[in-house]
Amino acid sequence: MNYFKNIPALFIATICCLTIISCAKDEGGKPEEEGYQPTPLELKTPTMFKQILDSPIIPSDNPQTEEGVALGKKLFFDPILSGDKTLACAGCHIPAEGFSDSRQFSPGIDGIEGRRNSMPLFNLAWNYKENFFWDGRAISLENQALQPVVDPVEMHNTWPNAVSSLQAAPGYPELFSEAFGTSTIDSTMVSKAIAQFVRTLISGNSRYDQFLRGEIELTEAEQNGLDVYIDETRGDCFHCHGTPPNNLLWTDNDFHNNGLDETFDDLGRGAVTGDPREFGLFKTPSLRNLAYTAPYMHDGRFETLEEVIDHYSEGLVYSETIDPLMKAVGEGGVQLTEKDKQDLKAFLLSLSDESFINNPDFQKP
Amino acid sequence: MKKYIILFAMTVTFFGCKDVDEEEVINPNYNVTFNFTQNWDGEEITDPDYQTTVYTNENGEELTISRLRYLISDVAFTNEDGDTTLIKGYNLVNARKGINLQYKPSKKIQEGTYNLSFTFGFDNKDNVSSAYPDLNTEGWNVPEDLGGGYHFMQMEGTFTNNTSSTPAPYLYHTIRAADNTGDDLLLQDTSFEVNLGTVTVEKNSSFEIKMNVAEWYKNPNKWDLNILNSNLMMNFDAQIMMSENGKTVFSLEEETTVEE
Ligand code: HEC
Ligand code: HEC
Repeated sequence: MNYFKNIPALFIATICCLTIISCAKDEGGKPEEEGYQPTPLELKTPTMFKQILDSPIIPSDNPQTEEGVALGKKLFFDPILSGDKTLACAGCHIPAEGFSDSRQFSPGIDGIEGRRNSMPLFNLAWNYKENFFWDGRAISLENQALQPVVDPVEMHNTWPNAVSSLQAAPGYPELFSEAFGTSTIDSTMVSKAIAQFVRTLISGNSRYDQFLRGEIELTEAEQNGLDVYIDETRGDCFHCHGTPPNNLLWTDNDFHNNGLDETFDDLGRGAVTGDPREFGLFKTPSLRNLAYTAPYMHDGRFETLEEVIDHYSEGLVYSETIDPLMKAVGEGGVQLTEKDKQDLKAFLLSLSDESFINNPDFQKP
Repeated sequence: MKKYIILFAMTVTFFGCKDVDEEEVINPNYNVTFNFTQNWDGEEITDPDYQTTVYTNENGEELTISRLRYLISDVAFTNEDGDTTLIKGYNLVNARKGINLQYKPSKKIQEGTYNLSFTFGFDNKDNVSSAYPDLNTEGWNVPEDLGGGYHFMQMEGTFTNNTSSTPAPYLYHTIRAADNTGDDLLLQDTSFEVNLGTVTVEKNSSFEIKMNVAEWYKNPNKWDLNILNSNLMMNFDAQIMMSENGKTVFSLEEETTVEE
């Protein structure tokens, strides 16, 4: 009697077998022919990420492929997506600057500045909460990629216009056909290709990573800086920026008010959720690649790491939504000694990854 | 790869089923559900209460709660013969954000009467640095200087103290007790078993596990937030006291069955 229960299982198992066998035959083919498959491409995930973190997020309807990434990269560096064809994503996300922008506010095509500092782009496939921008308003990298193109203070275009420029541009229809099997371009494919490229931007080879791999020693200053970082009575940075050696992302990808202002011009997360308890909260940025990503904070108010450290040490201001982790706000901060400040800075800089900004795969094609 | 796993699982299911079936007819196995709720001396704490509702603790300080996360592990069903069915695993409740308030382990429990218990936090055996990828990205780790492993609870908020006009933060974080002031790191397991009493497992059994937050401040140690408000992770004695106070925090609401 009980065997009958398993008949559906057997049936599914058989289907699975058939699927596996049939999948193997699908490969190859020419674009736009039935059964064409672009070439799958694995992310170059650092070994330590594989050991300690969950797998990166790759949506099932947008797998990484060689053709998709190549197209995404071309689009990322091509001003064709902007209203007057002068500004590319890379105009505000500059490889040498950790894919951020050394200007406090990056002007869009009309010369108008936004109100937030451009964000560095790396390890974004490991943001499991998938909340992008300083306020987390975009869910998923595909959705994120749709926004700058039509943002009036950024690329100030319309999607129909951007798509028809691409459709008319020599080369693009073929590249889309290689990446997605059709040369009829739409905004979804554009966003998918860009998201694929953005996912390849991986940084995991800083001095500190090399130290974790047992390849180098930290300097005395860096080691003391690390102690400051994890010491509850000194830095206590780890509760938001991650606990070494286990959070290789150096952010919790969550929202906090780290005591910058008494009142808020920019409500940050609170403007997205409408919840007054979230007024003035911004996403914790990663501490990787700080050597290249100045200025700092959502509005780029600090030009140097010294200013950032002084902020946490003496500059905290109280507001209603300040994070309890800013526990020393009553005294203005954790009051680090001059030496601890310098060492903390040295440690923070050991998280910068030269091989990331110089990676030939990430440069303008 | 996934397809092979499914195929393998199918095969195992296909061949594996027949041994247990006969017994199952008499005593079927069921999935169980745990629902976690929080209250302050019986007054339920729900989303709008965080950061706004003012509570008064045993020592008389007025406080609000900004964040509350805690981890439980190894739920155990022990029958009258003393045989235990252990649900190996953990659940990190984020009460403030309403995440993992419901825990539905995949392991099934045979119909019957049991004593229900779980571990608050991770016991020493499970409290292994970097072992759990999802917890590694949740800001849940403890620095290696303090013995590594993971937090058990993070309860954070503000209280009014006698020295400052603005509310002062408190960070009631519980971890394995660690003393790193001497030459050798001294560690003491502060996780504890919570015994919830007798329960009946039947079809669609669901158990409400209630946390009375006020109990963390009550007994045996009346908590003085003016003294013990932050830097508690590195405070060995405070960790022991928090662990002692935790023992009366949890209780079981009468079990119910839910329609699926
Ligand atoms: C005019 C400058 C500008 C241009 C052009 C621009 N960005 Fe940005 N980018 C920014 C700014 C500023 C932010 C932060 C905005 C915010 O939080 O509101 C940002 C944020 C992002 C983020 C979020 C990162 C994170 O960690 O949450 C991603 C991803 C991104 N941009 C990708 C792109 C892509 C892809 C393009 C091209 C389609 C692009 N950007 C074009 C300025 C620009
Ligand atoms: C309560 C959580 C929290 C703690 C603790 C914390 N930070 Fe931050 N950090 C943030 C948030 C949130 C931001 C972004 C704030 C904004 O822009 O409004 C930030 C920004 C930064 C930045 C700027 C990065 C950039 O790309 O703009 C640096 C550097 C930094 N923090 C270092 C530290 C150091 C060092 C410590 C310890 C002394 C520390 N943080 C403690 C949450 C925290």
